[in-house]
Order: sequence, then C-alpha cells, then structure tokens
Amino acid sequence: MSKQINVALIGNPNTGKTSVFNALTGLNQKVGNYPGITVEKKEGICKLSRGVKAHIIDLPGTYSLNASSLDENVVIELLLNKNDKDFPDVAVVVSDVENLKRNLLLFTQIKDLEIPAILVINMADRMRYKGISLDIPHLEEQLNTKIALVSTRKNYGIAELKELISNYRELSTAPCMHASEIDKDYFDSLRKAFPDQLLYKLWLVITQDVNFGKTDRNEIEPVADFKTKSKSDLKRLQQKETIKRYQFINETLKKGQIIDLSTAKDLRIKLDRILTHKVWGYVIFFLILLTIFQAIYDWSSVPMDFIDSTFASLSEWTKNVLPAGTFTNLLSEGIIPGLGGIVIFIPQIAFLFLFISVLEETGYMSRVVFLMDRGMRRFGLSGKSVVPLISGTACAIPAIMATRNIESWKERLITILVTPFTTCSARLPVYLIIISLVIPDKRFFGLGYQAMTLMLLYLIGFGAALGSAMILNKILKIKSKTFFVVEMPNYKLPLPKNVALTVIEKTKAFVFGAGKIILAISIILWFLASYGPGDDFNKAEEIITAEYANQNLTDDELQQHVASQKLEHSFLGITGHAIEPAIRPLGYDWKIGIALVSSFAAREVFVGTLATIYSVGSDDEETIKNRMAGEVNPILGGPLFNFASGISLLLFYAFAMQCMSTLAIVQRETNSWKWPILQLVIMSTFAYIIALIAFQVLK
Amino acid sequence: MQVTVAHLKKGQRGIITDVSSIYIPLKLLEMGCLPGNFVELVQVAHFSDPMYLNINGTHLAIRKETALHILIDIL
Repeated sequence: MSKQINVALIGNPNTGKTSVFNALTGLNQKVGNYPGITVEKKEGICKLSRGVKAHIIDLPGTYSLNASSLDENVVIELLLNKNDKDFPDVAVVVSDVENLKRNLLLFTQIKDLEIPAILVINMADRMRYKGISLDIPHLEEQLNTKIALVSTRKNYGIAELKELISNYRELSTAPCMHASEIDKDYFDSLRKAFPDQLLYKLWLVITQDVNFGKTDRNEIEPVADFKTKSKSDLKRLQQKETIKRYQFINETLKKGQIIDLSTAKDLRIKLDRILTHKVWGYVIFFLILLTIFQAIYDWSSVPMDFIDSTFASLSEWTKNVLPAGTFTNLLSEGIIPGLGGIVIFIPQIAFLFLFISVLEETGYMSRVVFLMDRGMRRFGLSGKSVVPLISGTACAIPAIMATRNIESWKERLITILVTPFTTCSARLPVYLIIISLVIPDKRFFGLGYQAMTLMLLYLIGFGAALGSAMILNKILKIKSKTFFVVEMPNYKLPLPKNVALTVIEKTKAFVFGAGKIILAISIILWFLASYGPGDDFNKAEEIITAEYANQNLTDDELQQHVASQKLEHSFLGITGHAIEPAIRPLGYDWKIGIALVSSFAAREVFVGTLATIYSVGSDDEETIKNRMAGEVNPILGGPLFNFASGISLLLFYAFAMQCMSTLAIVQRETNSWKWPILQLVIMSTFAYIIALIAFQVLK
Repeated sequence: MQVTVAHLKKGQRGIITDVSSIYIPLKLLEMGCLPGNFVELVQVAHFSDPMYLNINGTHLAIRKETALHILIDIL
C-alpha cells in the first residue's frame, strides 16, 4: 500500500510539539506558507514500519479550538475541512506532563470532532523529578484513546508513537465527553436543523470569529426551527463549555494522575525570583544582550575573513583558467563576487539565529516579555512587542509575523510600523564592512571598539523604534481593547537538535531568499557596468591612450585608467552620476550612490553591489574590503570611506526603509497600502536628514 | 470592597470565586482561570503590573487591569 497517512501535530504552545516533529521527521522537513496567508506551514515525512510513510504537519500551537489569532485559525480551518488534502487521518495531540490538565482541554475538543486522536504525553522524563505518577490504562479508557509517553530529550517513546500512527485505524473516534449538555435545548434544536452535520463542528462554526479567516463560514443561517443566540449568550455558553470540560478532566485525572508535591522540585520559581526581579532581571537581560553582540563579532570574524579571501581567489582563478570572453567576465566579475556577498554573512546570521533560538527554547523570552511590558506600554507597545523587536534583529519579515499574538490592534499596528527600525541581519553586512573600514580595531577594557560600535548601532535601532512608537501612540486614534496574557513556561535546557534545525532552516531561508535577489542584481549590475552608450564608453581605450600619450605610463596604469573611464561612462556610471548631486552632501560618491539605489530592493545588496562595481575591470586578487579601503574621494581627496562618510552611511542604513519584502509583508499584515508607503517615505526621509547632519558635522 | 487578584501580595494564595466574562477573555479561562481554582502571586513587576501568577499550576502573566476582574477569597 502506497498511500501516505496524513498526520496533524496539534498542541498547546510550549509542550515540545516541535521537538516531537523534529524527532519524527529529522531533516525530511520543509517550511512554507499556507496559501494566501503568511502563517508558517511546517510539514515533513516520517517513515513508519512496513514501508508506510506518514505525512506530518506541525500545526501552530493553540490552547483550544476557539481561535483568537490567524495562526490558531489555521488549526481550525484544517480540522473542519474534510476536503482539504492535508485533512488528518489521525491527530497527534502533544501535551506536556507537567501541564496535563490544561493540555487535555484541547484534546477533548479534538475528540468531539470525531477525528482519531493519539495523546502524546511529552517530557515524560520529568515525571519523577516533579513527583508525578500516571495511571495510563485508566487515562486511555477515560479519554477513549491511546497514549504514548514520550521524551524527546531522553529519546524514548518515538518508536511507540510511530507504531500507534501506523495502526491509527484501531483508534476510537467516539468523543470522551458530551459538551452539548451545557444547554440541551439549544443543541437539540441545532441538531434538528442540521441533521447531517457533526454537532460540535456546527458549534465551532457558530462561535468562531470570522474576521481573520478568508473562508466564508456563512453556511449556518438561521433556519425556521432554529433560533440563533446573541453574542454575549454565546460567550457565556463557551465559558460554560470550558468549565464543563475542566470538570471532566479533573474527574479523569483524580484517579489517573497523582502528584506528590513533597518530592516535586520547582526550579522555575527559584530562577524567576532572580530573573524576573525588579532590578536583577534587567541587569541580567542587559548582560545577556552584551554577551550576544560580543560573541557574534568575535566568533564570526575568522570564518568571514576566510570566505572573503576564498571568493577573491576563486574569482582570480576563474579568470586565469577559463578562456577570456564575456562569459568569463560575467562569471568572475559579476556572479562570483555577487555570491561571495551572500555567503560571507552566513557565520554571523547563523550565530544570531543560534542565540535567538536558545533564548526562545529555554523559555527566557517570556520573562523578557514580563519584564518589559510596563516599560513598553509607555511607548504604546506591549511586552509582547519585545519578541518582534528582538527577532527583528534577524529579519523584519518573521518579526512582523510574530506580532500576531499581540492582542490589542493598536499595540500590534505600532509594533509592525516600528519593527523595521531594528537592526536586521541584512544591515549587518553593511555595518560590518564599514565599521571595519572606519573604526579602529582597538580594545578598551577588553571590549572592542568595533563591537561597541555595532552594539551602539543596535541600540540606535531600538531607540528609533521606541521613539517613533511613542509618537505614533500619540497620533494614532485607534480604540481597541487592551488585553495581555503570556505563559511563563518552565525553564528547559535547549535541545541541540531543535536549535540546530532552526539555525539551518533560517540560514537557508536567508541564503536562498536574499541570495536570489542579490545574484540577480549582481548580474544586472555587471551588464550595466560593462556596457555603455556612445563614444566615451566604446572608444575608451583610444581616448585614454590619446590623453595620457605624453606621460609614459606603464601598461598596468593605462589599463586602470581605461577601466575607470569605461565604468564612468557605462550605463551604471551614467545613472550614478545622475544621482550624485543628491548624495554628495552625505559624503558619498556615485558608486556608493548606485549601491544605495540597489539597496532599496534589499539592504544586503550593498556590499555585493560595491564588490561587483569595484571588481569590474580590476585584475588583482583583492578582497572587497581592501578595494573599498583603496577608494579615494574624488572631490575632497583622502579615503572615500573615512570616519565622517562612514558614520553617515551607517546612520543612513540604520534608519532608511530599504526592503521590498518587508513592505510587502506590512501591506499583507495591515491589509492596506497606506502603512507601508508611510513607512517608506518617513523612514527614508529621516535617514537622509540624519546622515546629512552627521557628515556635515563630522567632516 | 471586592477582593481581586490585584489585591494579592507576593507569595499569597487565593481561591477564584468569580470571573467576569465581559472583561476576561476566553483564552484566560481556557488556561485555567476558573472559579474554584487556586491562584498564587509569584512575582510582580514595577507598580505591580504585570503580575506573574500561578493559576491552577499554569504560570502566566497578566496586566493589573485584567487582574482587577478576577474575584478571589484570600487564603
């Protein structure tokens, strides 16, 4: 039999659902999007016994089937739609042994949908530590299911789970309780009105908020003998339903679960006494940030230098080995430097994602939310805005998507609007190369000046985000209910496998996502730089030979003059010169101008663009950095990249909105063009003014 | 005066007696904030806002404005 078994992994947040997913699928997983929306869709393949395969979807974490966000809505959309190609043959509900009571709420709801369900009790290795003992046969009987005790940390239970998935046909589909008892008359009339529909499905359709889903759920219209209820009545019924479910769960666990509190140890409370402390909490948070930036800088400099020089040699090697011609030039001057401009950032981006993923895996991120909420509210933000602002240091796109769990629309909108100010990984390459050119490589009490500058730039980014949030909070007149709840999960040692998979996944997404744009732009730029209109370009050699005829130049020097004559009069050079008047007050020349313009597609293009521009026509094997250091300012003389123009560039990149993908995501998340256009205009104007002031003051 | 979660002192426990469904979102109820369950104040931020609670074994943080709508008997 070749049919795949469709499996949906469902569970509360913080139950280790993703660990179970990783244990089942390993590297056989891919991350995409649900059609039409930007919710991340993780799916993978798991090999079961006898050649059967399971197709596994890791659904977004949710506390119940009552959706309050777009992410949670995905879960309900899938479970209600029997025709969806991903509709599960079996639902694997992942629970955490320490929070079994709360986790079972979702389980009982899924059972009511009459989908075969397996209960995974994860983190089973912590049972003894927490003084928990479980009566599995009793629980299986009461809940009408099969249970797998799993520990992804100690690596057991996964084989049993696979076996249960293989035999999913033996699972009972009968509900384990009757939620309809909360209002018999109402549910009876509902049943009569729609006799061929599942009762609980009807109830979910009636009570769900339809605002965020695209699917029309207007199939339930008032029918002659069925009276609809008011919104507040429905909410009261939902509350009754929740109480009813907990009654059943408490009854079940009374015999099925014994917790001996005398043997239980609670590390969480002890740690939180310090980590969420009014003073120490903040000190520790700041120290953690400082360590992260120092580490990103120190650890990645060696691999980065190695990559830089490798690509420089590769470029040179291609030129020497392949026959001379347009294709060789395109390869050695366009494509290879362009690729180098992507690959060089892998070490830093990987380290950044490593730290972010560790902070999230350990549960520390929730503490940061708690610590920061009060302070963030002054700026019109929520404590939960901290997570987007911090993950914005990786990329603004997932960060903006991460605002979805902010309950208040006003707080969420402000977070979306200011997140692009945080220093994303695409700014990092620009910062790094300019810092290495204009800031001395010296240390002050063990802290490098260069690392400190980098940290300062990150702080400026956060500062700009907070400052603009405060202004937006005053200007925006949006009334929305404020409400805030965040779970404080138990501290866990991060699983190396989870961290590694996140780092690989995110880095891959950067390299291929950004890589495509960078590569395309490098090729376009190479063409624009290698061809030009008119005699100035096409007869460059004659012009230069005539001009320098009397000066006894060596061949090499002459060649250099020819190359720069060509570049200046190429299509690219002409464009650059056209915008030069606008950027000269900022301390840039036309070459930087071109890099600046192409950066509006994506910032990380900057270094690649300069690499392409500078390598066109140059024969020496040189790194990008050395080429940039050698550039001379045509008007003022001296190095082009000096302290003043360097700082001006750094500040321009800190504030300008130069990322088309982010604008697209903002449009999608706010459902309006107004916000992304405002972002583009205001941020970029502000960047121009600040960069102008910086250069004029420092020069 | 009604006693609410906002009146708890650090380390103090109470039993939830009533939650107003108008002010308390369903999500909080689903996380265990229901009449009859215990609640303990674990930690507070500046000005007691937000409040870090242990409700029925679930550790979570809510703002003071929400805590004011959860009625309790202090133990």
